[in-house]
Amino acid sequence: MRREVPLVLTAIVGLTMIIAHFIPPFNILKDLFEDWFFIIAAFAIYLGVLNLLRVNADKVYKKQRDWPFGVVVILGFLVITIPGLFFSGGRSFLDIGTPFYYLYIHVYYPLSATMFALLAFFVASASYRAFRARNVEATLLLVAAFVLMLGRVPIGDWITAWLPEGYRLGNAADWIMDFPQTAGQRAIMIGIALGLVSSALRVILGLERTYMGGD
Amino acid sequence: MNKTHPPSSESKSTFFFLLFLFVLFFLFTPFSVGAEEASEVEGEPVQEAEAPPTPPTNIRAEDNPNDKGGIINISWDRSADDGAGANNVTAYEILRSTERDGVYEHIGGTAPGATFFSDSDVKNKVKYFFKVRALSPLGTSESLPSMAASSSVQLFDFSRLTLFILAVIIGLAIFYFISKARGGKELYIRKIAGLEAVDDAVGRATEMGRKIIYIPGIMDMDSMQTIAGVTILGRVAKLAAEYEAKLEVPVSRSLVMVTCRETVKEAYLNAGRPDAYNDNMVYYLTDDQFGYAAALDGLFIREKPAVVFLQGQFYAESLILAETANLVGAIQIAGTAMPSQLPFFFAACDYTLIGEELFAASAYLSKDPKLLGSLKGQDVGKFIFLLVIFAGVALLTLNSVLGWNLPNLAEKLF
Repeated sequence: MRREVPLVLTAIVGLTMIIAHFIPPFNILKDLFEDWFFIIAAFAIYLGVLNLLRVNADKVYKKQRDWPFGVVVILGFLVITIPGLFFSGGRSFLDIGTPFYYLYIHVYYPLSATMFALLAFFVASASYRAFRARNVEATLLLVAAFVLMLGRVPIGDWITAWLPEGYRLGNAADWIMDFPQTAGQRAIMIGIALGLVSSALRVILGLERTYMGGD
Repeated sequence: MNKTHPPSSESKSTFFFLLFLFVLFFLFTPFSVGAEEASEVEGEPVQEAEAPPTPPTNIRAEDNPNDKGGIINISWDRSADDGAGANNVTAYEILRSTERDGVYEHIGGTAPGATFFSDSDVKNKVKYFFKVRALSPLGTSESLPSMAASSSVQLFDFSRLTLFILAVIIGLAIFYFISKARGGKELYIRKIAGLEAVDDAVGRATEMGRKIIYIPGIMDMDSMQTIAGVTILGRVAKLAAEYEAKLEVPVSRSLVMVTCRETVKEAYLNAGRPDAYNDNMVYYLTDDQFGYAAALDGLFIREKPAVVFLQGQFYAESLILAETANLVGAIQIAGTAMPSQLPFFFAACDYTLIGEELFAASAYLSKDPKLLGSLKGQDVGKFIFLLVIFAGVALLTLNSVLGWNLPNLAEKLF
């Protein structure tokens, strides 16, 4: 029963979603199932939060390796949650001027932007490794990247201004994006779509049970 | 005896000055009222300064096609004053009534220039009439009512007929190959380098005594990529249990945490090592994208894992994770169906499962004939797509080279 019930539920919900895609009256059930998902996910948030606190409190209590990070996590959680819950002065915690809003704009937002900004450096280091001409494919990648990067900035057209219109670096960059890149990406997209269909069928039919721990 | 005094010279000059002004007044005053009367006499239309805008015309109301009902689409021809002049239309209001000559209620509005509105607050099989009102700074004007329209339930979405036929063909092909595989027929599946490396990677982690960190993407269980990531986790967890390697699964969604726990627990049970499992192997970090990335980066730097699996749906954090794992010397096996993130994984990871390989991974690792059969079914779908692409290219080429007027089949079909 422990296995059969989830399998039957998966099959019912999965088939309903497929049928609703083609037969509009089933959209009522589809909407209902989607609502259920959001309700379950909302309740599951508490599981996540409790787990986060329990794991870190345990780490601090037992003085496990790197336990000070656990203190930071718990303090961070309390510092953002308590003002949001209890110090909004009768307003919504998201309103401008609340302590939660202040923390969001002046602490969370810059930290998040900092993490995102790291991407610029990582792109540089990853490109450096990827563009080394070790074999034919890597050399092709290097040449394409060179043309594309130069073609996307004004200097690219400037240094090839002596070439006829349509043969400059900007045009070459556009050609790479419009043809080889688009063709390759579409091939991947078709494969993904078919993989999704096949994978979904396996799950709905109960052939794929690994996500429940089965073979 | 009354004696009339002759006018003085001062009175005379005043009189002539006033007469001069009077003549000037008549000569140079435009007399607009007179001009209007003249044009009326000549039969020319008169544009009154306070006139409302010309009303919208040709109001059409139709049931929204291919839906479960409850929506009527209203369209109209714009007012002649829409887009020009002092009487420019500033907005349109949509009015609705259940009787043609009844009271019309305001149900919504659109910006100037618009010719379409969708009313999604109607009851099926009830007849409605619609009017459109044009608003301008100088007034408003209403159109004539539309013909009666009602919404109804459609039993099949014919705009998706081609997709339905394709899905049936591919579905049947998958069923066919699954039944063949069940019958014991050997199916050839090409080697996938990234999946061949899973055994070695887990073995390496065991030898080094370091952790395997498995990241099932940043999305919830409603994403098929997350489900694919969790199915691969089942295989990896079983291997880790057999090799006695240390596995850690930090996740960014509570539901994913619950599912991953169940998956890992069952995998350890199936491997005969339930004692090696504990709930803390799978734990929740945060739903926040970059908060999650920061926590994982810290984990990589501190723990220096031997292997990092990145299997699921990723966005901008993909390269941040992959580069940091690369920095600490971990073997990385990545897989995603996000085309925008694949180049990052190619550049930073040792192995990358490209799109469909992510979905094939579980079947490939299990070697289960039923699952492998479904992969062969996919190939039929690819063959159909190839045929359609070749046919489309051939028709378009013939169209342009020979000047044939062949229909654009692809456009008609899709």
